[in-house]
Amino acid sequence: MQLVLEKRAERSNTIALISPLIAIGMTIVTMSILFAILGKNPIAALGVYFIDPLTDSYSLQEIAVKATPLVMIAVGLSLCYLANAWNIGAEGQFLIGAVAGSWIAVKTQGTDAGAWVLPAMLLMGAIAGALYAMIPAICKVKFGASEILTSLMLVYVADLFLDYLVRGPWRDPHGFNFPTTAEFDPVATVPVLIEGGRLHLGAIIALLVVAAATVLLGRTIKGFEIRVVGAAPRAARFGGFNANQLILLTFAISGALAGLAGIIEVAGPVGHLQPGISPGYGFTAIIVAFLGRLNPIGILIAGLFLALTFIGGEQAQIAMKIPLDVTKVFQGILLFYVLACDSLILYRFRLISSTRQVA
Amino acid sequence: MELVEAIILSVLAASTPLLIAATGELVTERSGVLNLGVEGMMIMGAACGFGAAWLSGSIIVGAICGMIAGTLMSLIFALMTLGLAVNQVATGLALTILGIGLSGLIGAGFVGERIAPAPHLYIPGLTGIPLVGRIVFGEDAFVYLSLALVVAVWWFLYRTRAGLILRACGDNHVSAHALGYPVLRIRLYAVMFGGACAGLAGAYLPLAYTPFFIPGMTAGRGWIALALTVFASWLPGRLVIGAYLFGAVTILQLHAQALGLGVPSQFMSSLPYLATVIVLVLLSRTRSGGSTAPAALGTVFVPDR
Amino acid sequence: MRKTILAAAAALLLAGVSGDASAADKLKVGFIYLGPVGDLGWTYQHELARQALVKEFGDKVETTFLENVPEGPDAERAIEQLVRAGNKLIFTTSFGYMDPTLKVAKKYPNVHFEHCSGYKRDKNMSTYSARWYQGRYIQGQIAAKMSKAGVLGYIGSFPIPEVVSGINATMLGALSVNPNMKVKIIWVNSWFDPGKEADAAKALLDQGADIITQHTDSPAPMQIVSERGKFAFGQDSEMIKFGPKAQLTSILDTWAPYYIARVKAEMDGTWKESDVWGGLDTKMFEMAPYTNMPDDVKKMAEDTQAALTSGKLQPFKCPVVGQDGKDVECKGGDHLADEQVLSMNYYIKGIDDKLPGK
Repeated sequence: MQLVLEKRAERSNTIALISPLIAIGMTIVTMSILFAILGKNPIAALGVYFIDPLTDSYSLQEIAVKATPLVMIAVGLSLCYLANAWNIGAEGQFLIGAVAGSWIAVKTQGTDAGAWVLPAMLLMGAIAGALYAMIPAICKVKFGASEILTSLMLVYVADLFLDYLVRGPWRDPHGFNFPTTAEFDPVATVPVLIEGGRLHLGAIIALLVVAAATVLLGRTIKGFEIRVVGAAPRAARFGGFNANQLILLTFAISGALAGLAGIIEVAGPVGHLQPGISPGYGFTAIIVAFLGRLNPIGILIAGLFLALTFIGGEQAQIAMKIPLDVTKVFQGILLFYVLACDSLILYRFRLISSTRQVA
Repeated sequence: MELVEAIILSVLAASTPLLIAATGELVTERSGVLNLGVEGMMIMGAACGFGAAWLSGSIIVGAICGMIAGTLMSLIFALMTLGLAVNQVATGLALTILGIGLSGLIGAGFVGERIAPAPHLYIPGLTGIPLVGRIVFGEDAFVYLSLALVVAVWWFLYRTRAGLILRACGDNHVSAHALGYPVLRIRLYAVMFGGACAGLAGAYLPLAYTPFFIPGMTAGRGWIALALTVFASWLPGRLVIGAYLFGAVTILQLHAQALGLGVPSQFMSSLPYLATVIVLVLLSRTRSGGSTAPAALGTVFVPDR
Repeated sequence: MRKTILAAAAALLLAGVSGDASAADKLKVGFIYLGPVGDLGWTYQHELARQALVKEFGDKVETTFLENVPEGPDAERAIEQLVRAGNKLIFTTSFGYMDPTLKVAKKYPNVHFEHCSGYKRDKNMSTYSARWYQGRYIQGQIAAKMSKAGVLGYIGSFPIPEVVSGINATMLGALSVNPNMKVKIIWVNSWFDPGKEADAAKALLDQGADIITQHTDSPAPMQIVSERGKFAFGQDSEMIKFGPKAQLTSILDTWAPYYIARVKAEMDGTWKESDVWGGLDTKMFEMAPYTNMPDDVKKMAEDTQAALTSGKLQPFKCPVVGQDGKDVECKGGDHLADEQVLSMNYYIKGIDDKLPGK
């Protein structure tokens, strides 16, 4: 007897609906066991992780603040992944966008520049991110080089470039030689929406991005092409869809979104350019994209959920002395369960009685 | 001249974890599987390897436990990608995050402890030869093991039938399956080998390089190992060159600083990554119509019945 | 099933909250750490001081810490979360927390903040740091005496004034004993990267340095130096475990007296904004016992330490000559003024390297 995986004749819609719930359920069980092993009350811990942050306005705002870059980047990535173009370099595109947008802020520092500064910064960030993402895309389209690896390598290059800038040419002259630019002028800062919190304009932009992506994928020809090129490449070829052009397009869009997220994060919550502006958003966004099943609304929910775990993890460290590493374990396990349950949408298990032997 | 010898020794030590991890990933990728979780497997190898060595007092026990930890992590990956046909990129990333988190939890109890580092070989007479003595006869076991590993993998891939079959799985799994080869099982073994190597490479850091454990001590070496595999265009011989090149750039950059040369350190540090991109592009151009990667790399395979 | 869990969680939370209310007279003190408490370096020393607080005040104080908080947008939230958890006195233990601390301080004027090694203050935000350069001067003298090659190896983190003034102080001490002393400097661009620090130590030793000092936080250099049979100075904490025959001394961050004093002030209601830059005289830091050196070197070190403690000896005694050969303007009477040391971004004469970023 052998257990084999075989492709279903068609997608199972029941599984598609309940798989996230099963995944979350299994994650909760696994995490409870982990908490128990660590000597913490599982129910209390789960409460601190998931319930507490939802109970006051400050935490809710922080969840939105944390989710904003994740959702923006993840939506862009989902377009790439749907088209079978694997952009792993969102982190680098995020940083380059932050750098490019900051260039305007640094150059107009102290001058009496007008309200055009912030929109210009955001535009620069998006354009720079798009251009940076085009490098691995062109390498793939023209030379056949793996976009996974080229985009990943460029992350390191971007990180080092940022490091060089803030330690050298862009360093704040009054900053005691510390590697950071001067604080951005108010005109170069992303406005906060609610006084007293950190919820900022970026959140609105993220929502608009989600809406735009939903329209793009659901109602436009290009969106249709993107989905088909990934799901059924041969059919796409017969349909005359140009896979190469779509790779370039999706990389450009996701690069732009990542770059936009980068400059918004720098011009918003941080307020200046420094090394380490991203705690791995570009990579976490990949997880968000998959958790959201490459669907814009799903990504919005997944992004908020993951942000919740970050905030909850910090509160758990304060309230229950649970190490921050547990958050990473949780995220990894959640993604595993979601991916595993999701595979049952397309595949199922069968017991068969015998197997051909290899000669 | 003594300085040259000393630099070579440092480069050998710095490159060894890269070489071991990349060799394992090379085998995995040659079979058609892209495992991005190398960093996660390495750091688990470091945490478990150090813990085991500290508890048992033996470097060998530590190394073995590191390998086991890496293999177990890779089994999770195999279950997902081979057993459930899940996307390899997402699974690899999840594995990395899980590994970093778990290793932090496991290693937390060992932070602050130190062990005696792995001993270096000493052959009276031979090790004392000026210039080459210590390089050839004075390394720790991991360095020799890494080179033996590469030779063994090369011999396996190109001189055995099993290696040929493995490469076939990576280049065209549909044909391999049609010929009757158990593609999934071969890939499973390849993934496990990759995990064992990653675990061993990770264990090298706290067992020989800096004999204590700090959370996150792999510091991105797993990602560099991934780059290395590509840089070497999946050929074991080039892997050795690449590993030592990467290690050399890291070490030489420090020496350049100490000598007072004014090269910006970030530029030097970015060279290996830029070089990898360039190599990728150049290599992909020489073969008409595509790259030299195993053609089925990263694609899902579910055998038809 | 999930509803029951939610209900149970809510019940437990309420129980927890009401439990807290009865202990309202406890002072809650919070800490933000950059690294893990087990880093055996910077964060470890802050953690030791926190434990000393608990020992000193027992039931009257309740401490909380957040470790591994990156110096970015997350830091602001971490600090604010401590405030919202009821902490009234919060120590943020790294320079990079300066702006986040300031932002949160402005939001909560009734909470008091102590920021380590920064330069921005507010009515409810103090700064504190230690005059480690005094300890570096002593180390420089020891190095000059103990070094056979006359070359000191320096592992630097970032070329910020704190580190640069440390290098200068070390060399001033060394040159006072051996006018031909040389220094080789490597920047690892991180406070804490054991692998890179080990590589830097090896490179410095390979290039002829035989005494290593570091302004990074891991024991890796001490480990390497110990293997090679040379000498080194530890940093932040006792690193002698990693180099029993190698450690000459170490600059020990001993924050406990300062923390205890500030907590006491908070409890007495006398806490005021301050800027404390303490030295050997106020025991803001200490030197680890002088080991692995001949008695005469030990005596010299102890004498220097006494002179620094009493103020008789000033490391940056004027004239301080810059690399360009010109005297640095002396704004503190007979020694450099504090802000000159705090913003030092040049090497003194006697250091052949170029300062990065200039």
